[in-house]
Amino acid sequence: MENLLANSPEARTSPVAPLNGAAPVLRLTNIEKVYQTKTIETVALNQVTLTINRGEFVSIMGPSGCGKSTLLSLMGLLDEPTSGTIEVDGRPVTAYTDKELANLRNLKIGFVFQSYHLINDLSVVDNVEVPLLYRKGMSGKERRQRALQALDKVGLSARTAHFPGQLSGGQRQRVAIARALAGGPEIILADEPTGNLDSVMGEEIMDLLLDLNRRDGVTVVMVTHDEQQALKTERVIRFFDGSQVS
Amino acid sequence: MLRSYLKIAWKVLMRRKFFTFISLFGVSFTLMILLVVMAIFDHAVGAAAPLKRIDRMLFVNTIRHQMTDGHGWMSQPASVHFVDDYVRKLKTPEKVGVTTVSANATAFTKSKLLPLDMAYTDGNFWQIMDYDFLGGRAFTGAEVAQAQHVCVINEATARAYFGTTDVVGRTIEIDLKRYRVAGVVRNVSAAQIYAYADVWVPYTLSPQYIKDTRLSGEFLVVLLAPSAADVPAVSAEYQQMMRQIPIPQPKEVKAIYSYADPIVPGFTRAFLGNEPSLQNDQLTKFYALVGGLALLFMLLPVLNLVNLNVTRILERSGEIGVRKAFGAAGADLVGQFLVENLVLALVGGLLGLGLAAGALAIVNEAHPIAYAHFALSWSVFGWGMVLTLVFGLMSGVYPAWKMSRLNPVAALRGAGEQK
Repeated sequence: MENLLANSPEARTSPVAPLNGAAPVLRLTNIEKVYQTKTIETVALNQVTLTINRGEFVSIMGPSGCGKSTLLSLMGLLDEPTSGTIEVDGRPVTAYTDKELANLRNLKIGFVFQSYHLINDLSVVDNVEVPLLYRKGMSGKERRQRALQALDKVGLSARTAHFPGQLSGGQRQRVAIARALAGGPEIILADEPTGNLDSVMGEEIMDLLLDLNRRDGVTVVMVTHDEQQALKTERVIRFFDGSQVS
Repeated sequence: MLRSYLKIAWKVLMRRKFFTFISLFGVSFTLMILLVVMAIFDHAVGAAAPLKRIDRMLFVNTIRHQMTDGHGWMSQPASVHFVDDYVRKLKTPEKVGVTTVSANATAFTKSKLLPLDMAYTDGNFWQIMDYDFLGGRAFTGAEVAQAQHVCVINEATARAYFGTTDVVGRTIEIDLKRYRVAGVVRNVSAAQIYAYADVWVPYTLSPQYIKDTRLSGEFLVVLLAPSAADVPAVSAEYQQMMRQIPIPQPKEVKAIYSYADPIVPGFTRAFLGNEPSLQNDQLTKFYALVGGLALLFMLLPVLNLVNLNVTRILERSGEIGVRKAFGAAGADLVGQFLVENLVLALVGGLLGLGLAAGALAIVNEAHPIAYAHFALSWSVFGWGMVLTLVFGLMSGVYPAWKMSRLNPVAALRGAGEQK
């Protein structure tokens, strides 16, 4: 995939200079997302332009329905904008097929969701292995090893054989973070990761994300409602009615 | 990856036991019926004693006379003249044997009347077939030529008439004629029509053993090719021979047709052929018909399973969304779902095999056909597995494709919205 990206025409024609000395890992330019039904047209995002630099911890804040989650889906290459460009590592992603986008997600991005989205039928360690299942050529042994390392990092080494139903909310979110980490992504996209947790567990998860960002240099983009948590991050981007207000 | 798919497939099956039961019931019940039909078919035409060399055998069932002036046609088995003067002179067959469809005969024991099925054969017949002798031997070509009153009887007749199977050399009276027992064979199923009878006697004793110039008589001809690969050559030489036979009574008969066929084409030509010459053996039509019926039969449970699977996908939209978010391409999801469905089909297939074995045991108990013992052979088992695979794929492909098309954002929200 790296080679594929390096050889793409966009790679040659769209060199992107680092912003403020840091390399932009994600860049969104004039993004518009419109949901259209027969009778109503809803503008979820309106002319959004923003850059996420490598190693940053960015919070996205705003009231419900302001387009935060839509933005995160676009950043995570799960959805396509109605107009505008998304660049990953300086290369526009519009030219890629579904399969190539899947591969890009697998290599570069880790997701953490508010409601964890663990697969209840799989054990903790099997859940963490999910992203690695789609890595071409990775052996079962290596998958297991990397999953265990990720679980160790989130402090859940003792719970590998448990099932999601046997864990507390905080523990489930740790498993979700381990899953996001297992593939060694450059960016973690967290959609209200503490939204379903009490304040103590929420703090724990927040500390874990901060730690990953500071110690391991993982870029984190987090959608949150919690002003206190947002203030702990390097940059806060605020949204209102689909537009960036700060 | 496969291990993970299998693990989740098992969990999914166990999670909704009622759903699994309904699915499995549909799969296994359908497969059971197909397997029972196949076992019966295999029993009738498969390679089993005495038709162990079935792959080398060809059969001549009838000679068809097409009449002039649109008087239709007449199909009858061969005469002695036809067999001796034409068929026995063929170069390619290793052996040419003669038998008849078994006809009713009666023997009397001390206390009761014993109805029997009797067939007339020559000496070669016993060398082509592979009967399991409990005692004695078959009658020889020389005994047949001398029209000696000898016979071979099956085990059931020996027990019913003599009370034992150790009866070689003793005499049995059938239709007021006395025969010396040359050998006793294990019972042969009535479904194996070329080999079945209770009593076999030399064909020279048949009332139809008439040496004249008619082509029609009552004899079925069995040809043994030197190897399975030589079967087409035997069939071709037989055709060559047919072209050279002068038409008897040309005023009444327009043409004559006859074919030497392996067992299945022999039946399909007779039952499915619609042109006067029966030139096409209709084997392709037969397999297409049977395959079509089997598919049609499987269609209902398949559609049921497709419907349940599609509904089920909506339940699992969260999982699908997660997998897509973490890099699963459409093909990965199709693969996963097909594996899950194949696991279900495989379990259903194995259950179907078990049910089929049970059903066959009940059928065997009821003795619908004399001496028939239907069983699941390896070939039936193999076909069962093939059917299972077809079943799994048929019911899995569409839902898998639909699943792979789910929009990940909508899937993660729990809605089953399509892309």
